[in-house]
Amino acid sequence: MELSEYFSQLFSDYTLRTITMGTAILGAICGMLGSFAVLRKQSLLGDAISHAALPGIAIAFLITGTKDTNVLLLGALVSGLIGTFWIRGMVTKTHLKSDTALGLVLSLFFGFGMLLLTFIQKQPNANQAGLDKYLFGQAATLVEKDVTLMAVVTGICLIIMLLFWKEFKILLFDADYTKTLGFNTRFIDILITFFIVLAIVLGLQTVGVVLMSAMLLAPAAAARQWTNKLSVMIVLAAIFGAFSGVFGTAISASQNNLSTGPVIVLVASVFVLFSFIFSPGRGVLFKQLRKYQNRRDLELQKTLQFMFDIAKTHERISHPHAIKILNNFQGYTKSTLKELEEKEWVKVKGQSWSLTEKGYDAAANLYNNN
Amino acid sequence: MDAQLEIQLIAAVVAIACAIPGVFLVLRKMALISDAISHSILPGIVIGFFITEDLNSPLLILLAAVTGVITVVMVESIQKTGLVKEDTAIGLVFPALFSIGVILIAKNANDVHLDVDAVLLGELAFAPFDRLIIGETDVGPKSLWVMGAILSITVGMLFAFFKELKVSTFDAGLSAALGFSPVVLHYGLMTISSVTVVGAFEAVGAVLVVALMIAPAATAYLLTSDLKKMLVLSVIFGVFSAIGGYWMAHFLDASIAGSMTTVLGLVFLAVYLFAPSKGLIAVMYRQRQQRTEVSLLTFLLHLNNHEEESERHVKHLNEHINWQKVRSETVLELAEKNNLIKIDKEIVALTPKGKEFTDLALEYIITNKDEHIEHMKDDFFLFRG
Repeated sequence: MELSEYFSQLFSDYTLRTITMGTAILGAICGMLGSFAVLRKQSLLGDAISHAALPGIAIAFLITGTKDTNVLLLGALVSGLIGTFWIRGMVTKTHLKSDTALGLVLSLFFGFGMLLLTFIQKQPNANQAGLDKYLFGQAATLVEKDVTLMAVVTGICLIIMLLFWKEFKILLFDADYTKTLGFNTRFIDILITFFIVLAIVLGLQTVGVVLMSAMLLAPAAAARQWTNKLSVMIVLAAIFGAFSGVFGTAISASQNNLSTGPVIVLVASVFVLFSFIFSPGRGVLFKQLRKYQNRRDLELQKTLQFMFDIAKTHERISHPHAIKILNNFQGYTKSTLKELEEKEWVKVKGQSWSLTEKGYDAAANLYNNN
Repeated sequence: MDAQLEIQLIAAVVAIACAIPGVFLVLRKMALISDAISHSILPGIVIGFFITEDLNSPLLILLAAVTGVITVVMVESIQKTGLVKEDTAIGLVFPALFSIGVILIAKNANDVHLDVDAVLLGELAFAPFDRLIIGETDVGPKSLWVMGAILSITVGMLFAFFKELKVSTFDAGLSAALGFSPVVLHYGLMTISSVTVVGAFEAVGAVLVVALMIAPAATAYLLTSDLKKMLVLSVIFGVFSAIGGYWMAHFLDASIAGSMTTVLGLVFLAVYLFAPSKGLIAVMYRQRQQRTEVSLLTFLLHLNNHEEESERHVKHLNEHINWQKVRSETVLELAEKNNLIKIDKEIVALTPKGKEFTDLALEYIITNKDEHIEHMKDDFFLFRG
């Protein structure tokens, strides 16, 4: 299927519509909650949680024997939460640092999950095939029920976020202050973490445990570059997330044997890369341009200062001087002289220059204004 | 040598080779770099495989290891722009590279004898079938030779640069002042880690390499604070779980790498709970004891401050200092056992020893020098029965 074909069928084909809806909603909720994860410096918590969810899926299957998504995701939720609280326990109760704790939970839970998965695969009776779609995700397996679940959870999430907006925001930026104001920080903290775990678990079917963390981080990291306002960042992250979901699904649906997870992650990474480079406020490109501009301004000011020092010693400000005397001076280039002329601070006549009245005043106040 | 023994040998060598750099990663708070490297070498491996068509070729290992170092450089340069924090930088780089690897595999499924399961789990069970043949003689499985070579390089580097590594791990500033560049050591460690990860990748897969690197080191770190002991212990834990994991997989008929990790997890859990001074139970016990100690001090100070009998009545303690009944009983008992107080008709009074102790405690609180309180605890035989 070609990419254009995908979009033309989007509105007529039921399956495609369901899948697209699903990934769009998923991207949006991940972007929203990912903003909190990124700002709380818990970016890699998502990685650990998503890996930690794997044994939960396998155990849920072993206990119930069904492949019902909701049951499996419930198992994932439980084991994800256990992983999260174990990480906290390790960091607070022992001297292991958070990176070690994250790495431990991530790899140990995942290894245990893989043990269970291979164990299940060797069982003779079960209809076990298909559990490994949780590794890299397969959006094609989304059905309407899953999408409804996602939509409901996203709705609840939104309501809770609006209800606790003030608390979430203040906790993000100043946890100690929040405590002194009398908020129950522990409760708010657990609430945010719970929703992050929930978002991760929801995405397992589409993106898979291995790459889910990027789904959480990338839209938020991209959105962060465009704004300094929390609400704008969350909205932007949701939009970026939704777009990466839709584009990723479209691309992976139009190719053979491509899992959705990696494609969505790559699309989201492109968003990040674009934002890193082209965001006007923080982007690398404009930062570099501004740096260049600042350097030019400084050179200009240095030249002007030098001219001012010469002009000061003469009776008439407009007394002409040779351009030659500027040559050995590091701030001087032809273009700075031209710029000075354009600002009408300097008059150039043949091989000599003279400071204007305006230029003299500007130079005298050079260090007073800024 | 039969296949079973060979697999165990390979597993053990992989475990040792991972445990040694793992110790330094854990101590340098860079444990997650191993996660990043192990994921992002995938495109390097796939591209290397297109060129060499042999998973054990040294060229492939080199290429993939370079990808690992590039990852570290990328993470550091993103971090340097200040656009995002370090952990976000890690979290952005490796999924992107890993995705590229997965897509490359999927698009060339017919040409690459790599599948996604192998990427995550490795193929330790098949390792003995790929043999290294020199001339006409079969000298053993290829991956054993590859990992053996990597291990001997690692051990050689460890012995050669032990002092430098130690200094730069614990005090980068001092190390720079002494003339060992922390940057060179940092990238050296990253290179060794990358090479090890690539070598181990084939045996145990992308995610489980992380377990083999971090878990033995973290387990050992809970038991000792001596670098040499930590290295030895983590090697022991690594080998133990490699061999234990093999047999567990044998009985469950499941993935070897998965069960190696599970054994590692169980070992870690046991140490985490029961480690003598840094384990969870020990820490909880110590925290409770400290709480009682502080309560005892508060109680004695209270007695010291109040001459009037009503304030010193046993019944009033609960109310006044706002303790629960159980805690006041513990404190009272402890104080009496240590001869700090005497109870006469339910009225509590300080003994001379108690008075002395309280005065010292007051001095401690005023000057707030740590050594005073430790010294005091010994002097008065607190908590010694």
